[in-house]
Formats: sequence, C-alpha cells, structure tokens
Amino acid sequence: MSYIIDRRLNSKDKSAVNRQRFLKRYKKHIKQAVTDAVSKRSITDMERGENIGIPQRDIDEPAFGHSKGGVRERVLPGNKEFLSGDKIKRPDGGAGGGAGNGSASGSGEGLDDFVFQITQDEFLEFMFEDLELPNLVRRQLASTETFKRVKAGISDQGTPNQLNIVRSMRSAYARRIALGAKKRRRRNEILAELAGQEGSHEPTVLALREELVVLERKLANIPFIDDFDLKYNIHKKLPQPSSKAVMFCLMDVSGSMDQRTKDIAKRFFILLYLFLQRNYEQTEVVFIRHHSTAKEVEEEEFFYSRETGGTVVSSALKLMSGIIEDRYPVSEWNIYGAQASDGDNWTNDSPICHDLLANDLLPLLQYYCYIEITDRGHQELWQYYEKLAEAHGDAFALRAIEDYADIYPVFRELFQRQSNGQPMSSGS
Amino acid sequence: MNKFISENSEWTFELIEKYDAEIARIAQSYGLDTYPNQIEIIRSDQMMDAYASVGMPVGYNHWSFGKQFLNVERGYRRGQMGLAYEIVINSNPCIAYLMEENSMTMQALVIAHACYGHNSFFKNNYLFKSWTDAESIIDYFVFARKFIADCEERYGSEEVESLLDSCHALRNYGTDRYKRPYPISAAEEKARQDERAEYIQRQINDLWRTIPRGASDRAATEEHRFPSEPQENLLYFIEKNAPLLEPWQREIVRIVRKIAQYFYPQRQTQVMNEGWATFWHYTILNEMFDQGLVNEGFMMEFLHSHSSVVAQPEFDSPYFSGINPYALGFAMMRDIRRICEAPTDEDRHWFPDLAGSDWLSALHFAMENYKDESFIQQYLSPTVIRDFKLYCIVDDDQSDTINVTAIHNEDGYRQVRDALAQQYNLSSQEPDIQVHEVDVRGDRSLTLHHQQNSRKPLNEDTEEVLKHLHRLWGFDIYLFSYNGQEVEQTIRIPGKALSLV
Repeated sequence: MSYIIDRRLNSKDKSAVNRQRFLKRYKKHIKQAVTDAVSKRSITDMERGENIGIPQRDIDEPAFGHSKGGVRERVLPGNKEFLSGDKIKRPDGGAGGGAGNGSASGSGEGLDDFVFQITQDEFLEFMFEDLELPNLVRRQLASTETFKRVKAGISDQGTPNQLNIVRSMRSAYARRIALGAKKRRRRNEILAELAGQEGSHEPTVLALREELVVLERKLANIPFIDDFDLKYNIHKKLPQPSSKAVMFCLMDVSGSMDQRTKDIAKRFFILLYLFLQRNYEQTEVVFIRHHSTAKEVEEEEFFYSRETGGTVVSSALKLMSGIIEDRYPVSEWNIYGAQASDGDNWTNDSPICHDLLANDLLPLLQYYCYIEITDRGHQELWQYYEKLAEAHGDAFALRAIEDYADIYPVFRELFQRQSNGQPMSSGS
Repeated sequence: MNKFISENSEWTFELIEKYDAEIARIAQSYGLDTYPNQIEIIRSDQMMDAYASVGMPVGYNHWSFGKQFLNVERGYRRGQMGLAYEIVINSNPCIAYLMEENSMTMQALVIAHACYGHNSFFKNNYLFKSWTDAESIIDYFVFARKFIADCEERYGSEEVESLLDSCHALRNYGTDRYKRPYPISAAEEKARQDERAEYIQRQINDLWRTIPRGASDRAATEEHRFPSEPQENLLYFIEKNAPLLEPWQREIVRIVRKIAQYFYPQRQTQVMNEGWATFWHYTILNEMFDQGLVNEGFMMEFLHSHSSVVAQPEFDSPYFSGINPYALGFAMMRDIRRICEAPTDEDRHWFPDLAGSDWLSALHFAMENYKDESFIQQYLSPTVIRDFKLYCIVDDDQSDTINVTAIHNEDGYRQVRDALAQQYNLSSQEPDIQVHEVDVRGDRSLTLHHQQNSRKPLNEDTEEVLKHLHRLWGFDIYLFSYNGQEVEQTIRIPGKALSLV
C-alpha cells in the first residue's frame, strides 16, 4: 500500500533559517565583499545580488581524518597496461593515490573559495546596515499631520454611518433562524398531519388548524431586523508619519567638472536614492544642475550633457527653494538635499549660499549633505559650508571624496547611526 | 490491444498510482518485503531543501545546513550538478521524494528504485535492523528539533550553535562499532529525559567528588583507572562523563550521537544499498516490459538513464572520482544471479555453494546479512574484477614509486578483493582514536590515544577538533599518536587561552 502525497504546495524556503544562520555567522566576510562590490559596481547595477566568496578553510567543519603519507593501498578500475610488480613514477604534487575521496579538481581550476549568492535585498541590507536617516524618527513624530483611518474591528454600538450591513444582516438572519426553529418545525408537522384532510371538521383537526394560525402569526411576528442585530464598524485614527520623501540632487556642471567627477557624484546620488527608497513609501528625485544659472532637468541630461560657463552655486539653491515652495509642502514631504561639486564657486557667491541654506533651506530640510569631489585644496565654498556644519551639525554635513572607493565609506559616515542623539528605531 | 499503462512522458497522480500498483505486484512476486510507502511529489527547490538537511525530513537548525543548502543551490543553478531524482528516508512508512520535473518513465524508475529497492533494504539488512528504528525515527527528529529550539530560546542560539559545532566535529565518533545499541524511541526518550539528566548529574558528581573519604576507601579507588577500558565512542563518553556540562548540553550531545547512529548503517552499505536498488529497478522495469505494460519508448528512456547511473569511468578519465557504488553494486548483484543461474567452472571453483542455487534466495541472503566490506569480501567474483579491470596499487611515502601489487589475473583476484573490501571498512578509513585515561584525581585532563594504521598521520584538522573536544570536556586534552609502540605526535590543548573561531 502506498500513499501518494502532493507536497508541491507546501511552504517554500524550508532552509531559510539555516541560510540566515550561515549569513549571520559569516557576516564579516559578506560585508567586506559587499563593500568591495559597491565601490566597483556601475550605477545602474546596484539593485541585484552579489556573489560572495569565502575562503574554504574558514568554513570547513573540522573532523578527524588521515592526511597524506603512510602506506595506502587503493583499488582502481580500468587497468590498461599495468602488470603486477610495475612501479609507477609518483605524479607531481604527490597527490597520487592519496587524499581520501580524490577530489583533486581535474580542470586545474582552484576551487579555493566557497562561493554563493546573496539576493538583491540581502545585498542592500548589508550595504545599508547600521545606517539610518538622520532625524528621521524625530521628524516623523513631530510633524505628524496626516491621519489614516484603519479598521479596528466590529462593535455593537455605533452611529448609523458606521453600520456594517453585511454583519448586521447576518446576525439578524441567525436570530430569525434561532427564534423560529421550534415553531417552524411544529408548523411543518401540523401541515403534514393536515394534508388530505381539507374538508374534515373533526375536533382534532380544528384544534390543529387553530394552532396553525397562531403559529403563523407568531412566525410573522419575528422581526426581520432588531436593535441588537446591528453591528458597527469601528475605525481608529492612526497618526500617519509622512511617508513621502523628495531628494534634491544638486550638481555643478560647469566646465571644471569632468566626466569622472560627475560619475563619482552620480554614485553618491544613487546610493542616497536607494537608501531613501527603502525608508519611504514614495521617493521622488529632483535634479538641479547649475553653472552660472540653475535649471531643473531630467536624469539623463543631469548626468551626461555638458555645459560651459561660470559657477554660481546660489542659483541652484534658490531654484531648490522655489521648487519646494511650489511642489513639496513640508507638511507632506521629507526633504533631502545632496550637493556635489568640485568646490569651485563664484568669488562672492559663497556667503550668499551660506545665508540661503542657513535661513531658508535648512529649517525645511531633513538633511543636507555636500560632497566635494576634488584632489585639490578646499576653496571658499568649503569654508563657508564648514561654518554651517558647525551651526547645524544635525542637519548638515560635508565631506570630501577623492576616488570611487571613497564614496561608500563617506556615505556610511554621513549617515552613520547617530549614537549621541535620541534613540532611533528603524524608519517608517 | 495493448495494455500499456501510459504512452507519453507526462505523469499524473492516477498514472503514478497505476505504475506503483504494478511495480508493487512485481516486487512482491520477487519477495521484496517493504515498509508501506509514502511517496511525496515535490518541487526542485524543495528537493534542494531536502538535500541540504542531509536526509532528515525534520531537521534542527544549524548554520552548517545553510552552508550545505547554498552549496547545492549554487551547483544546481550553475548546472554543474543535477539534482538526484529521488531521496528516500529510512522510516516507516518509508518516505520517498519524487521531483515534479521527472518524466513518467523517471517516476516509475524512481518508485522501483527507492520505494521497493531501498525500502526493502532498509527493512531487512541486519545493520539497519540493529542500528535504526524506522518506526520512531521521524518522531525522534521532531523531538530533537523541538528540544534544540527550546534550548535556543532558553540559553541563546549562540550557545547552542557552538555546542552543536563541537558535537558535529566529533559525530563520526559517536557510535560503538562492536556493541549493539538500543533502538531509539521518541516517546521513551522524552519520558526518560529528565530522569536521565538527573541521574547522570548525580553520577558525575560522584565521579568528581573531591571531599576526602576514608583512607582505606581511597587506596582502593586510586588504583582504579578511569575509564577502565579504552572508549571509542567519544560522544557517548562526553555525554556520560564530561564534568562541566549542564543536563541540557548532555541531551544535545546525545541527540547528535543518536542521529549519527541512525546514519551509521548508510555509511557502511553504500555499494550494497545502491546496488540492490539499482538491480531491482532494472529487473522490475524489464519485467514490466516483458508483461507488455510499458512500450519501447519507455524502455529507451529508462535504459538511457540507467546506463548513465551505472557508468564507471576508468581511473585515467577526467570524470573519474572513485569507484561508483551504483556500478559496482549493480554489477555484483547481477553477478550473483548469473553465478546461480549459469555458473562457469571458475564460478563453481570460487563459489561452490552459490553456483546453481536459487538466485532469489541467494540474493536476499546477501542483502540481509552483509555490509559493504564483508559483501565484497564474500561475493566479489573474478568475473566482476575482470569486467572492471580492477587493479591494486600501494602508495608508500617511503618509496619513490607507486607499486602495482595486483591486477585482474589469477594471482591477483584475492588481493584485489581484500584491498577493495578494506577500502569500504570504516574503521580503517577513519583514524582509530580512543579515550585512554582521565586524570580523575589530578587536573582532570582527558587523554586520547591514536593508533596509526599503516603509518597514516592525522590530518591538519586534528587540533581544531580537539579544541571542540576541549570545549565539551572543559579541561586539558592530550592526544598521543602511536605508530606501533612509539609516540609519533603529541598534541595538548590547554585549559586556558583558548579561542575557537
């Protein structure tokens, strides 16, 4: 006797727990691999998994066994020309007839690493680990102005507008069945007895007819719907933290910015974008590029078209301020700004930038970060921004980047969990 | 009119039932005695899960199974490795997993192979009979999983994980090779667990009692060595005698030991088990063809798959990775039938009792009463040695060359057979390491002796394993590796400054 069972619909991922434990155990290795991958990967490429290699010796489970040496006798199949008494020269490497199950890789390829894949989610998780958007929670709690109504169950009391018709009808129906059951049963009995005795005037028949009339009346009197049938939906108002974020990418596209510098900037923006995307339900991006004048552009144009001209950073800040006023009310949006530049600015413009940021923008923003991509010394803009950082340390940060590999560490540093501030739980 | 059960390669549940019924009928006619079958159809990703849990349908959680899973997954995704068509569990009812990707032919092959071949082997081979209890194993797995999960909750998963690491490192040393164990029973386990925990603790306290007793009493115990005889079952020794383990830790040591014991027969009957199952799927499906139940297309597909399973690459082939247990086992099973049915003079000389006897009962007898080592020793015939062109080499690190000591000829048959049997002898494949002494009245150190086999040294994992042993024992560990009477190597794992990664 055999039982045949279809298990195909059973849950997936029976090994998920064990897999997680493995990942946890080799976290250090994986993190290192992720960090390397981030600095090497191209921009469009962030959202996929990664192959992680761990040296085989690090993950071996030790067991007693024999190593090479000693006397080994082995039986092999497929003899062609050997006769007993033959002496064979030992092959190079000495692995010869030894080493247990003979796992010498024939292709000559070193299989030293244990390689496996982590998913895109895991990749990003490792990448963003320990990071948290600054002021996220505080802002969310302080500026809750929207509410969401959520269902909170069913109640016997309520106002007519909360009436749950289906539930009410169901309970009325149940009540009618319950109240009428006995009477209906009796009525059916009587009807059965009376069947075929229409013309009869026997006293018993008359009594039954009378009872029938009473029963019918009583049945008709069971109310179709009653007060206590009524069921009401209850709703609760939950404060809804703003779940929308907008990110302003500001970049200098004047002649002094070469493609490589832009490329570095782009990676930085991408990281920030991915990060916001994971923390907010909806994330929008506004690209503002500027030379001596600023312009809002599409992503493609933002990164790849070339312009020449001077550099007036404040023009971009002014434009940003205008766009916020027009389209992104602070009550609904979490606003982030990220500016990338090589540090050049029109001589008298840097103080203006300072004032613009300090007075107009920073009060509206969650965070503003400035990265300077240059291997030269810092210029005036940097110095003014440094003052800003001193005064608004929690909402403003600036860093210098020299090469691709610097991006990720700098990014991490910028958004490092703020240990000194108020406790932060993970966002949204 | 033909009575083919099916004519195309799509399978359905009805067809599987029909095939199973026919296969069962034929299997019965050959006297295959099986547990009831529980055939489960699964997806390929579930097959990977089944793979990763190394044959336990319900496994406890441990990172090493995750590693196994990632390994399987990678191999499968890259196409380096096909998944097995089937996995079968030694339990009652006997659980067999079939992949949904298989064609109807493959499902039939797998049913014959696993549900009647392996199944009858599990039920009747003496090793399985004495070492495993198919009735209760699933319950035991469930018990083990729950117990370990509870421990994780109570003592933290890191604590449990490192304990399991240590136990796993020693799991090949968790069986008594020569003693017959009690079969495991889950219900009993559970009932007796508390009692045992308490009892053991009391015993241990007794063993390690430090309060001085009367003088005469002392003199008597001092001469008494502990353990009085060397112990080969390291995990058992730890479970019963480690001074510092908590009762729950002893229970986990026991779980790993018991599960290792459950798999112990499988490690010793690979050739026979696969050979038996392969012989029967081959015989049964051919019988089905003879009875007109399956068509030529079915047979073509079956034979194609069968012949790749029993292929034996030669030693100089790039595909060579040792002797294929399917190939050797199948060849030997077929050979036994041949010797019974059509013996040559040579067979009559080598197997006087076998030649001309009833093949079916001879085969059943062989399956029931042997393990790989003794099976080869008893049944490997000159015919099979010649067919495989087996030869024997000796690789001595003190000699400049590798010597061919025997080949498939009249002078060599016996030596080839002995050498091949040794190759399947677990006790010569694994280092012989035993508990020699515990310094009960001194520093409580544990001394192990390793007796070298043909001067084969221990591998470089040894120290790492000893660190794990140290974690379990809690005091110094000494290991002396003997070549004959001489100590070749000494390792000491000290009590302090120890770090396990």
